[in-house]
Amino acid sequence: MLILKLMFKNAFRSKLRSTLTILGLTLAIIAFGFLRTVVEAWYAGVEASSASRLVTRNAISLIFPLPIAYKEKIRQIEGVEMVSYGQWFGGIYIDQKNFFANFAIEPESYLKLYPEYIIQDEHKKAFMKDRKGAVVGQKLVERFGWKIGDNITLKGTIYPGNWEFILLGIYKGKDKTTDESQFFFHWDYLNENLKKTAPSRADHAGFYLVGVKDPRFAVPVSEKIDKQFKNSLAETLTETERAFQLSFIYMTEAILVVIQIVSLIVILIILAVVANTMAMSVRERLPEFAVLKSLGVGGWRISLLIFGESLVITSIGCILGILLTFPAAKAFAAEMSNYFPVFIITQETIYLDIAISFLIGIIAAIFPTIRAIRVQIAESLMRVR
Amino acid sequence: MRIFFLYSLRNLLSRRLTTILTGIGMCLVVFVFASILMLSEGLRKTLVDTGSYDNVIIVRKGATSEVQSAVERHQAAILETQQEIALGADGKPLFAKELVVLINLPKRDSDKPSNVVIRGIEENSLILRQQQIRIVEGRMPKPGSSEILAGINIAQRFKGAGIDESLTFALRNWNVVGIFDAGKTGFSSEVWADADQLMSAFRRQAYSSVVFKLKDTSEFDELKSRIETDPRLTIEAKREVRYYADQSEAMSSFLRILGMSLTIIFSLGAIIGAMITMYAAVANRIGEIGTLRSLGFQRSSILLAFLMESLLISLIGGVAGLILSSFLQFFTVSTMNFQTFSELAFSFSLTLEIALMSIFFSIIMGFLGGVLPAIRASRMKIVDLLR
Amino acid sequence: MALELKYLKSKKQMDFKKKFIEIRDIYKSYRRGNLIIPVLENISFDIVEGEFLALMGPSGSGKSTLLNLIAGIDKPDSGVISIQGVDITTLSETELAHWRASNVGFIFQFYNLIPVLTAFENIELPLLLTGLSKQERHEHVILALKIVNLEDRMHHFPGQLSGGQQQRVAIARAFVTDPTILVADEPTGDLDRVSAEDVLELMTRLNFELGKTIIMVTHDPKAAKKARQIQYLEKGIMHAHPQIDV
Repeated sequence: MLILKLMFKNAFRSKLRSTLTILGLTLAIIAFGFLRTVVEAWYAGVEASSASRLVTRNAISLIFPLPIAYKEKIRQIEGVEMVSYGQWFGGIYIDQKNFFANFAIEPESYLKLYPEYIIQDEHKKAFMKDRKGAVVGQKLVERFGWKIGDNITLKGTIYPGNWEFILLGIYKGKDKTTDESQFFFHWDYLNENLKKTAPSRADHAGFYLVGVKDPRFAVPVSEKIDKQFKNSLAETLTETERAFQLSFIYMTEAILVVIQIVSLIVILIILAVVANTMAMSVRERLPEFAVLKSLGVGGWRISLLIFGESLVITSIGCILGILLTFPAAKAFAAEMSNYFPVFIITQETIYLDIAISFLIGIIAAIFPTIRAIRVQIAESLMRVR
Repeated sequence: MRIFFLYSLRNLLSRRLTTILTGIGMCLVVFVFASILMLSEGLRKTLVDTGSYDNVIIVRKGATSEVQSAVERHQAAILETQQEIALGADGKPLFAKELVVLINLPKRDSDKPSNVVIRGIEENSLILRQQQIRIVEGRMPKPGSSEILAGINIAQRFKGAGIDESLTFALRNWNVVGIFDAGKTGFSSEVWADADQLMSAFRRQAYSSVVFKLKDTSEFDELKSRIETDPRLTIEAKREVRYYADQSEAMSSFLRILGMSLTIIFSLGAIIGAMITMYAAVANRIGEIGTLRSLGFQRSSILLAFLMESLLISLIGGVAGLILSSFLQFFTVSTMNFQTFSELAFSFSLTLEIALMSIFFSIIMGFLGGVLPAIRASRMKIVDLLR
Repeated sequence: MALELKYLKSKKQMDFKKKFIEIRDIYKSYRRGNLIIPVLENISFDIVEGEFLALMGPSGSGKSTLLNLIAGIDKPDSGVISIQGVDITTLSETELAHWRASNVGFIFQFYNLIPVLTAFENIELPLLLTGLSKQERHEHVILALKIVNLEDRMHHFPGQLSGGQQQRVAIARAFVTDPTILVADEPTGDLDRVSAEDVLELMTRLNFELGKTIIMVTHDPKAAKKARQIQYLEKGIMHAHPQIDV
């Protein structure tokens, strides 16, 4: 008990220094938590993907569409329960900066394949009926202050012209990881327009979404689909939705690596700061440790004292950091919603925060402890005047 | 002055561990600061160097990249007859119709696929980019064949893109007969093939873009307004440099935001580290300060001495961080540009400006970390200091 | 030695009768929380040029405070301290620092050398506040080192010197600028007997041969005996007649 009291007392012997160290650690924990959450946000699409959904696209690359006739062919393949399709539209709302994902989809089957998009029944009905209708995620609606019945104009980048939509439905996600910042409208609306303006581009889908009867057979089913279209003009590549999402992440892997390296650096910076504090704290008290030793206090007790002091400081910093991460992340998520539609601090991040603080506390105490244990009683008492 | 400098320096040396730890903090922050600036500079250089000021690129109205764009044959024919276009040695306009598509290729090291730009070119395409492009291995493809050229970054990184290897797409085999080096430009991350061959392989009717050189560069604005309002054309004209700079806007603003917020947070950590060190330095040297003051040194001299000490640590840390980050120049970052969806390789690029900014930044950190402790040191009364 | 010190004041200029330092009606008290503790009360006396004065008295008698006031590192609550006609209690902080630089040399109980500077550099330190050139500074320092007989140790750091040697360096630092007065606070308090003798011998020579005015606070009767005059302080009040026989 006495030793615990001594640890706390020592940790705050120099109030200013301990406060500054704790502040530094708090900042580092927030920064680390942030960077991890950014990386996790990158993977949010993967987290939200389902094992029973497959994505079929043109094998050359996503920019090449597939004929609409493939829909029936895919549906006839054994193990396939349902087929939907869609097209990345790439429309811009007023300015390029307002980026969000917008898709032309076949509404009926698409919404069936995505039960995690929750829409009120009357909204759903109204949307199905009206070709110019659009369904938009809750977060996107909030971002632009839209409401049901609003007219929204998107400027086409892939499909030229101004395209007008009426907001008829708002969807909410079933889980926290569901992306609530997408914009969906009728594929038919796009296709009919293309038939008039660019007939060669009409009757194509950018991708097919395939619901399988049993997720265990996802791989054989996707192989069958690709085999079906082998050696045709538009060969296909079918993957689980998860693999499809991952392929995007791999393309930006370099940036993720950079972020991960950087989050390691923040740990090193704060390690240096805490180690410095401990080194100074012990150096100033070397005569005290000499006194303790002359009283017969053993090396392990002295170690316990120093490690304990270091851990008291890091624990306080860690707790403060974790507590502050949440409001900070909330503010950040609001500001950066167009980059990161899903921005949630996970439990693992919290555990990692704790583990890192603990580790910093231990490492920072190693050298000072060795120094305190090795101190020569006589030499160091001489410094006491 | 020399003694004062020695005084600061020797004090730093006398508490070596603390100085080193504080310096490491500064060093790492400057490292992050410099490397992020170097990364955005590398990206900017790559995309700016890709274009030439005299070249004009035509894409479909509203298209933000060549991949999204389509220029119909009849529109290309109208554009080719414009008077402002420079003429080549053969008396024909320096004008190239190009097709740009993305294909999925697996990487050599991980087998993971990424989007690569394939550009269908005409003879003039090479003349228009002759300043940037140089064949470093193999030879030019025969016109009208399935022979292709691979940019050096692609040849190194993607399966089947090396010399004498072959790529398979659109039901055909394409043999790589040459490798070209386009320096730091985006072209180094492309594969070039015959435009007509590509169009027939992909069953494309329209070109993606048209590029030409101006006779007189000052005629651009006039030409742009005339062709953009021509009812037969639904196109947009941009100077090539401008077009490529626009391509990297999202990426560079992402890097900037990420970089700046990280540096600010990290630098707070390092400043706190310096403050801790300097407050301890002041506390340990109370008697010394009293002695100096009683010898007749002014408060300002004491302030300066401690500030100098803090600046010295940060300067040493900053220089170390800069040296560390300069090694990054040997690395190339290869990632997907969000705006074009295609692979783009660029390297860290250290400029004098970045170096100066990094050093300046480290000095600022040292100043902020040292100023409060230094003020405290200079504020105390002599009798209290000597007690 | 006197010949070598031609830049220092020569003995013949001294006038023992001239009032050199005038101290009038000094009051000084410290505040501890709400408590006001008087330290010096109504102190008045004069010091003539070339004096070697020992201030004695028990702990807490206020002798160090008085020394600090004369040296210009503390200010009285009221009263006048006039040194060579300058009332230093009216000087601003900056003026006082300038005044100290050219008029006062300090000798401390714990030497107070700067540990990271060599003996040479420590002695050079106060010269930085004068307008001397680098060459002149060098000459002065070497001369001062000769006087304290430590030329062979000039590149040593304080940590590499004995206590007595350190105090000699400190004394060299105190007189190298040729100050008007030298103040010493327990200069022998931390030294063994032999070193203390050396230091006192050196101070006596500075007073006798170079005519330096010295004010020394001390506990040590042996040290006080070396002074020309002794003053006693008790409970903040000056006693004209010694109560303790030396």
